[in-house]
Amino acid sequence: MDIALRNTVKKQLLWVAMVAISMFFASLLSAFIVEKADVLNWNEFILPNYFVLSTGVIILSSVLLLFIRTKLRKQESVFSLVFTVLILGILFSYFQIKGWQQLTNQGIYLTGAGSNISGSFLYVVTLTHLLHLLGGLIALFISTIKSKRNLYSIDNYLGLELTSIYWHFLTVLWITLFCFLKFY
Amino acid sequence: MSEHHKETFITKYIFCQDHKMIAKQFLITGMFMAVVGMLMSAIFRVQLANPGESSILYNLLPSHWLNEAGGLNPDKYLALVTMHGTILVFWVLTAGLSGTFANFLIPLQIGARDMASGFLNMLSYWFFFLATVVLMSSIFVETGPASGGWTIYPPLSALPQAIPGSGTGMTLWLVSITLFVVGSLLGGLNYIVTILNLRTIGMTMQRLPLTVWALLITAILGVLSFPVLLSCGLLLIFDRSFGTSFYLSDIIINGEVLHNEGGSPILFEHLFWFLGHPEVYIILLPALGIVSEVIAVNSRKPIFGYKAMVGALLLIAFLSFIVWGHHMFMTGMNPFLGSVFTFTTLLIAIPSAIKVFNYLATLWRANIRFTPAMLFAIGTVSAFITGGLTGIILGDSALDINVHDTYFVVGHFHIVMGLSAIYGMFAGVYHWFPKMYGKMMNKNLGYIHFWGTFICAYGVFFPMHFLGLAGLPRRYYTNSAFPMFDGLSDINSIITFFALTGAIFQTIFLFNFFYSIFKGTKASQNPWKSNTLEWTTPIERIHGNWPGELPVVTRWAYDYSKPGAEEDFILQTEPLKEGEVEH
Repeated sequence: MDIALRNTVKKQLLWVAMVAISMFFASLLSAFIVEKADVLNWNEFILPNYFVLSTGVIILSSVLLLFIRTKLRKQESVFSLVFTVLILGILFSYFQIKGWQQLTNQGIYLTGAGSNISGSFLYVVTLTHLLHLLGGLIALFISTIKSKRNLYSIDNYLGLELTSIYWHFLTVLWITLFCFLKFY
Repeated sequence: MSEHHKETFITKYIFCQDHKMIAKQFLITGMFMAVVGMLMSAIFRVQLANPGESSILYNLLPSHWLNEAGGLNPDKYLALVTMHGTILVFWVLTAGLSGTFANFLIPLQIGARDMASGFLNMLSYWFFFLATVVLMSSIFVETGPASGGWTIYPPLSALPQAIPGSGTGMTLWLVSITLFVVGSLLGGLNYIVTILNLRTIGMTMQRLPLTVWALLITAILGVLSFPVLLSCGLLLIFDRSFGTSFYLSDIIINGEVLHNEGGSPILFEHLFWFLGHPEVYIILLPALGIVSEVIAVNSRKPIFGYKAMVGALLLIAFLSFIVWGHHMFMTGMNPFLGSVFTFTTLLIAIPSAIKVFNYLATLWRANIRFTPAMLFAIGTVSAFITGGLTGIILGDSALDINVHDTYFVVGHFHIVMGLSAIYGMFAGVYHWFPKMYGKMMNKNLGYIHFWGTFICAYGVFFPMHFLGLAGLPRRYYTNSAFPMFDGLSDINSIITFFALTGAIFQTIFLFNFFYSIFKGTKASQNPWKSNTLEWTTPIERIHGNWPGELPVVTRWAYDYSKPGAEEDFILQTEPLKEGEVEH
C-alpha cells in the first residue's frame, strides 16, 4: 500500500469511527428528548458556569490546532502549540469536573434518592464525552512527545493530523451537546 | 508486490493479521458457539416435551440446575432460552457469519492484499473471543447466566435482585456484549474502508460481486446501529450498578420500595430495537449476498437484475432503521404511530420481493448444478419466502397484537432470520471451503446434511405457527400447567423430535467439515468454474493473496454462459474481446 493511500485509509477509518461515536451520542440525546416529553417529574436544570468556561477552552484549543499546518510548512516546531492544546485539554477536563461539583452543590445528582432522571442524563452525557476526550488527550500526549523530538514535518505528520481531526470532532461534539443541554 | 513473509506459529494461527486466517478464527469460534446454542435448545425442547422429567441430556448441565427429581429448574430453563437467543443472534449469525465471510471474501473478491488495517482486524477477533469467554463464564456462576430473555428487557435486567439470572450472570452478559460490540465496530469500519479504498484496478463499484455489496451494506448498518445498543446498555449498567432510574420507576420488590422514579422500560425497548431491527438485516444481508453468488455460479447464468439487487439491498438497509416500532405494538403505542410502523414495515416486502423474484429469474431455465452449496442457497430463498409471508402478519399492528409473544413469533423469526441466515452460512461454507482449506468437502454427506436439516427445520418451526395461533405463549417453562393447552402437547413432542433429529444431522456437517480439512480430496484452483477474483489466487495460502502483481479487473462478476464465449464462465480478469459488450 503506498503512503498516500495508507494515509487516506487511516483518515477514513477515523471518520467512520467518528460516525459511530456520533450515533452513540445521538441515541443518548434521543433518549433525553423522549424522556423529557414523557416524565412527569422532570427537573429542569441550569448548566454550571464551568461548562461555559470549558466550552471556551475547547474552542480555543481547536482553533490553535488549525495553525499546525502553517507552522509545519514554515518548518517551525509545533511542540509549543501541541503542548498548549494538551494543557487546554486537561483544563477542559478540570472544568468539567468542577462543573459536576457545581451541579451537586445545586442538588443535582447522578444517582441516589435525591436524583432526578434529568440530572442523571446530564451527568451521563457529559461523562461519556469526557471519556471520549480522554482518548484525545492520550493522542495529544503522544503527539506532544513526538513534536518535542521533531518527528513531524509537512510531509510526515499523519499522527498529528489524525489527532487534530479527532480533537476537532470532540469540540464540535461538545458544542452540540452543550447547546442541546442549554437550550432544549 | 506480494506481502507474504515468514510467519511463526503465533503470528500465523493466533495473533494473525491475515484476513483469511481471521476469517477461519471467526468461523471456528462461531461453529463452537453454534454447537453450544444448539445443545441448549435441545435441552429446553426436551423439557417442553416432557415437563419436569429427567433426561440424559441434562447430564451436560451443572447439578444445581436440576431439581431433586432430576428435572430442569424453571429459572435455568429461562437461562437456557436467553443464552440460546443471545448466542445464536450475536455470536453465530452476526460474528460467525459476517465475521467469517466479510474477512474471507472482501479482500479476495475486490483484489486487495488484505484489510485496510490488519491490526484492527486482529483486534476485532480478539474482542469477539474475549466476549465469548466472558459470556461462557456466566454459565458457571452459581445463580446462573442472564435469564430475562435475549432482549434483556428491564426491570428484570436492571435490578440485580429481580431473579437469579439478574445478578452476576446479567453483569457478565452486559460486559460480554460490550466487548462484542467493540469488536463488531472495529471489524465494520475496517470492512467499509477496505471496500471503498482497496479495490484493485478496474474493480469499479458496478463490478463488485453482490457478496461484497451485501457485506458493505451490512457493515454500514452495524456502524450506525451497534453504538445505539452500546448507549442502551450503558444506561442499563448505570441503572443496575449505580442506582439511576433511566428504565425504572415505582418499583416495589420483596416489600421494599425502591427510590427509582421517572424512568421507563419502554425507553429501553426503543433503544434496543433501534439496533434490534437493523440487526435482523445485519444477519440476513450477508446470507443473501452469499446466496447471490452461489446461485449465479451454480445456475451458470448471470444474476438477474444486478442493479435492482443492489438497489434492493440499499432500500432494505434504509427501511430497517424506520421499522423498529413493530416490535413494540403491545407497549401501549399510539395506534396512529402503530399504523406508521405497519406501513414502513410492509414496505420492506417490496425490496424483498425484488430479491426473491431475481433469484427465481436467475434459476429459471438455468443449467442448475445441485451442489450442497446450491441446495442451501435455494433453501435460503425458500425460507426467506416462507418466513417473510408470516412477517406480513406480524408487521401489521392489528394482527400482531393477537399473536404477540406466542410461538407464532418464534416460528416466524426462526424461519425468516434463523434458517435463512444459517442456510446462507452453510452455502458459504460448502462453496468456499475449497478456497479456505484447499480441500473439497464430501458431497454426499452434504446432501444428507441438507435434506435432513431442511426437513427437520420445517418440522420444528412450521408447527409453531399453529401453536401460536392457538395462543401458546413463548418462553413458558411448561405448557402443561394450563388445561387449555393440553391438546397441544403432542405437537410439542413432535417439535422436540424434529429438533433432536435436526441436531443429529448437524453432527454430519461437523464430521464432514473437520474430516475434509485433513482427509478431503485436494481442490483444484477453481473447482466451481467461477468468475470472481478469489479463484485466481494460488491454492496454498499466502499472506498478500497474489504472489505477483494484483489482478486487473476488466468485466463484472457474472459473465456466465455468455454467447460466443468458449466456456460457460469468464474470469473477471479476462480482457474484453474486440467488440465485446460488457453486459
